[in-house]
Amino acid sequence: MSALLEVSGLRVRFNDVAEAVRGVSVQVNKGETHCLVGESGCGKSVSALAVMGLLAKGGIRTADTLSFAGQDLRGLTESQMSRLRGDKMAMIFQEPMTSLNPAYTIGSQMAEVRVRHRGGSKREALDRAAALLGRVGITAPGMRLAQYPHQLSGGLRQRVMIAMALMCDPDLLIADEPTTALDVTVQAQILRLLMELQRELGLAILLITHDLGIVARMAHRVSVMYAGKVVESATAEALFAAPTHPYTNGLLDCVPTPGKVARGAELGSIPGSVPRIPLGFEGCGFRDRCRHATDACTRDIPTQSRIPGHDYACVLPSTWPAEHAR
Amino acid sequence: MSIRKIAATIGAVIVLGVAIMAVFAPWLVPHDPFAQDLNLRLVPPSFMEGGQADHFLGTDQLGRDYFSRLIYGARISMLIGVATVITSGLIGITLGMLGGFIGGRADMVVMFIITCRLSIPLILVALAVVSLIGSSLTVVVMTLGLLLWERFAVVTRTTVMQVRNLDYVSAAWAAGCSRTHILLREVLPNIVHHLVVVATLEMAIAILLEAALSFLGLGVPPPLPSWGLMISEAKDYMFFSPWVIMVPGVALFTLVLGINFLGDGLRDMLGATRDA
Repeated sequence: MSALLEVSGLRVRFNDVAEAVRGVSVQVNKGETHCLVGESGCGKSVSALAVMGLLAKGGIRTADTLSFAGQDLRGLTESQMSRLRGDKMAMIFQEPMTSLNPAYTIGSQMAEVRVRHRGGSKREALDRAAALLGRVGITAPGMRLAQYPHQLSGGLRQRVMIAMALMCDPDLLIADEPTTALDVTVQAQILRLLMELQRELGLAILLITHDLGIVARMAHRVSVMYAGKVVESATAEALFAAPTHPYTNGLLDCVPTPGKVARGAELGSIPGSVPRIPLGFEGCGFRDRCRHATDACTRDIPTQSRIPGHDYACVLPSTWPAEHAR
Repeated sequence: MSIRKIAATIGAVIVLGVAIMAVFAPWLVPHDPFAQDLNLRLVPPSFMEGGQADHFLGTDQLGRDYFSRLIYGARISMLIGVATVITSGLIGITLGMLGGFIGGRADMVVMFIITCRLSIPLILVALAVVSLIGSSLTVVVMTLGLLLWERFAVVTRTTVMQVRNLDYVSAAWAAGCSRTHILLREVLPNIVHHLVVVATLEMAIAILLEAALSFLGLGVPPPLPSWGLMISEAKDYMFFSPWVIMVPGVALFTLVLGINFLGDGLRDMLGATRDA
């Protein structure tokens, strides 16, 4: 498998006061779903926005590698970037209720993306939009094209957003918590849809979520983020089979699993909350909340491999979970 | 129908009526509004004692038919209202969008310009301009247009600031839209309902200001039949012929009230569809 999106050493600062992303490395291969997991405020969304070149004002991005389909994104001008956005790399957002412009019909918004990037007539673009709406499971697509966003439910709007993202056959789809705002049944439908589309179109998906259930269901590879860093990265099977970073363990302890968690037993939790990381912070960002923290954690943290392809950033040896049997 | 809807309907009817009067004035007037007849000076309206049937609202101090002058006056008022709103709207919306969308230093400059404009006394500037260039319809429109944009600018700036952070604007960035596209096609259509309300308010203010300027002799030059000028010319006769000041006064009051009703109604209507 070849890498479609390759990011290493990605850093994002805001106005010299805070560093939201502190050296993130992520690789997304063709046809693969890569999940970024972590608590709110750990830098998942900012990383994705930084890749798209859509940081808010005052955000400064640096990276060692930032390449998409063999093209270095670092040197691109704003207009070159905007030619990629929506065309080869598309994005869908958390809030389907507000992600569509209330002033235009579904059809005109969808057609516009296609016409801007690929040219052609509005008629052709509308035909494609109707076909895609049908593909994402919307009945009577012709009628929907003429409707305004407020006439659609949340689940329908997220389907429209997905169809809109597919208007130009993107290679990479960045989905920023696409199902967080939806109720559980719709959430399952949307996730199934994303998986089907991926299989059909060979999409690479960078899925941002805080829900480990979604990760288990969707991901081929997982990167667990904490305080602006990737603390553990592995294939989904390896990660769930042998979570190695204490933070990943803590996260998994928070999820009740039928059959595994004893009745009446207390559910795990991670004490404290995500700290604010000042500029020039050294060592492990998790050390204040970690039961296993030692003095070594204030120094530079090595990245170790449990097995090839399963890396984690911690001073503990990969065998520690067995030693501290829960 | 709620009281608000009734008010909006009344407002729409008034504004539409005046607009029709303005557009079709030459076909509606019973007499030439400029033709003087000194034998028929200050004839009372036909429904008052001593009135004449063919002068529905009587005549003025030069014997000109008052109803005809009133209809032609609607032309001036509407023209000034619309032209001023277009000029001031262009200036204000452009400035407001620049400040609100770009932010930072551009916004500081825009705010400075707005503050400067707010500290300029309108009537005094109008007076200076008229004494320098002389009074004409164009001068009045330009003066009002160049002075009345601050409300547009303030409202545009604030609403653009709200809209530019909404998800669909982020989505547009992510879909590869250019800055101009986002400003004109994503942001502008979503603030236009606020601007419509400002436009109606500004129109009412412009019409009133024109009347005030004409009353002071700084507005439209005679013999053009502007409502403000009619009031101004009538003030010497108001004790013995009160209708000469009441007719244009009531007309002005009705039009401004109608515009305000309409503006309120539009705000409610446009606001409601957006909340759905």
